[in-house]
Amino acid sequence: MADKALVTVENLTVKFVSHEATVHAVSGVSFTLARGEVLGILGESGSGKSVTLRALMRLLPPNKTRLSGRIDIAGRDVMALDPMALTRLRGSTVAMIFQEPMTALDPVFTIGEQIVEAIVQHDGVGRAEARRRALELLELVQIPSARRRLDAYPHQLSGGLRQRAMIAIALSCRPALLLADEPTTALDATVQIQILLLLRSLQQKLGMAMIFVTHDLGVAVEVSHQIAVMYAGRFVERGTVGDVVHRPRHPYTEGLMGSTVHEVPQGTRLTPIPGSPPNLAALPPGCSFAPRCSYAVPACGKALPELRVIATEGRFPHETRCIQPEAVGTRSAIPA
Amino acid sequence: MFYYILRRVLYTIPIAIGVSLVVFALVHLAPGDPLSAVMGEVDQKMLAEMRASFGYDKPLPVQYIIWLGSALTGDMGYSLRTGAPVFGTLIDAAANTMIIGTAAALLGFIIGATFGMLAGYNHGAWLDKVVSSATIAGVSVPHYWLAILLVIVFSVQLGWMPAMGAGSAASILSWEAWKHMILPVIALAAIPCAIVARTARACVMEILSMEFVEALRARGLSERRILLHVARNALPTVLAVMGLQFAHLLGGSILVETVFTWPGTGYLLNLAIFDRDIPVLQGTILLLALFFVSINLVVDILQTWADPRISRG
Repeated sequence: MADKALVTVENLTVKFVSHEATVHAVSGVSFTLARGEVLGILGESGSGKSVTLRALMRLLPPNKTRLSGRIDIAGRDVMALDPMALTRLRGSTVAMIFQEPMTALDPVFTIGEQIVEAIVQHDGVGRAEARRRALELLELVQIPSARRRLDAYPHQLSGGLRQRAMIAIALSCRPALLLADEPTTALDATVQIQILLLLRSLQQKLGMAMIFVTHDLGVAVEVSHQIAVMYAGRFVERGTVGDVVHRPRHPYTEGLMGSTVHEVPQGTRLTPIPGSPPNLAALPPGCSFAPRCSYAVPACGKALPELRVIATEGRFPHETRCIQPEAVGTRSAIPA
Repeated sequence: MFYYILRRVLYTIPIAIGVSLVVFALVHLAPGDPLSAVMGEVDQKMLAEMRASFGYDKPLPVQYIIWLGSALTGDMGYSLRTGAPVFGTLIDAAANTMIIGTAAALLGFIIGATFGMLAGYNHGAWLDKVVSSATIAGVSVPHYWLAILLVIVFSVQLGWMPAMGAGSAASILSWEAWKHMILPVIALAAIPCAIVARTARACVMEILSMEFVEALRARGLSERRILLHVARNALPTVLAVMGLQFAHLLGGSILVETVFTWPGTGYLLNLAIFDRDIPVLQGTILLLALFFVSINLVVDILQTWADPRISRG
């Protein structure tokens, strides 16, 4: 933590505005990330995790989105960048891989053309040199018979190979920060693990920082140094993997652990979280999880709890947005 | 790829035979005798002799075989009206139709595709609104009405352009020839231009909403480069529509050619129908049908090139 942070995000807020409603997709997210570190963002669909990633690159459609807060990546104020500077940042400093490689690759261009294009655009080298580097990249992401795959179209590859190809494109200009938006969700279980291991080894080998968004606890644990749990557009708990997974101090995190099939003995009853996530167009005034929370007390509904530090002994401080963190875990099961 | 093209070409042979059969049957299914319409009241013996000399006394299947056999060798009989060989007449007319059809296609497709794409890309902007209204007008206006309007304004009132014919210039590169082409080409180009523009606009809007466009932005590609990706993705659909429109231009310009008395296949067909000139009628319809078949063939082949997802196996 001594070196200067690669990414600093302060009070990031994303609103989607339309005639009918204003949707508060992300409300006041702050974090810092050092070079070579991995932040896992865990949350269910609609919690704002993918929107957070897109906001970091300013990928959201500007006419429907209101962004505020501060985003600083590699010393550049992302909010203030003009369109030209933004295209230079995207792909070269920050790259992104997507959930569904079939729809995130252009179907009528070969894998090779798509890598070459990115390299030519950012590094200004010739096509022959770019093609040579594209081949190296396909070998780096362990695509077998890489030379042949360079001229393959996305539909000619299997799901796993497609995702590897997408990773190769993302890595083509040696980004300092890789944003991964559920990169394993759309894949078969066996392929998921391969892609996960590949991403982890590439991240370590290339020393990239990575923000890994997933709804899968097991995946988040595998790759992350610190984990942030996101609910209704806010971080509700954050800390080292050990803290968050083994000593959850927010009822929502505890609920996630109770409703997952990872690392539980056979026969253990899975406990779903009752109710459904709040409407982001009309958030409750207090804690957004209170309506579903079995620990809720009247104070929970009054004011929004701050994200506060409750322990500092780990590599990262353990933070929670719950006003009674000590109570979490005292009840064996959440009543349905 | 080679075998795909070969197979696709071979497929067109039975289609072409079927087309020729339909053309032949259609003309002969119409009531009345082709000769009696031309000859008027003559004595029966002479009519029978004439029938025998044109082969109209033989059974229809035999007539078909004879007609097809000689058509394949370039002998399509003689016009009942002028006595000129049908084949030569057709070649001249087809060349004239090709000239304005191709010119109208070039004009309509370039303008339509460009503005359609820009409208889709700038969805909701003033350009989009202008293009959308213009294309609705374009597809709604009957082209013969537009043709008559053009004649009234530019030939009759302003007197800038000739109203009729192809002129007598020796070369199509001369201003004399161009002057005669401008109005028919504009009248012909209006509908294909509007249809191509609408297709391109819808196609581009659909592609822009796809995830890979966001992924391309995330790679830091320039907007020009992204537009190229979008255009390349829209190509197969737009190409298919262009092919159909081109076929319509070559085959369906009867009304426009008639308004301008442009000596093409459409005008020829119109004359042949009113004169009940069976050999010319058969030849012209067959030629137009073969235009359709071959343009479809070309479009199919172009599409496998434009869209790698279409199997070439």
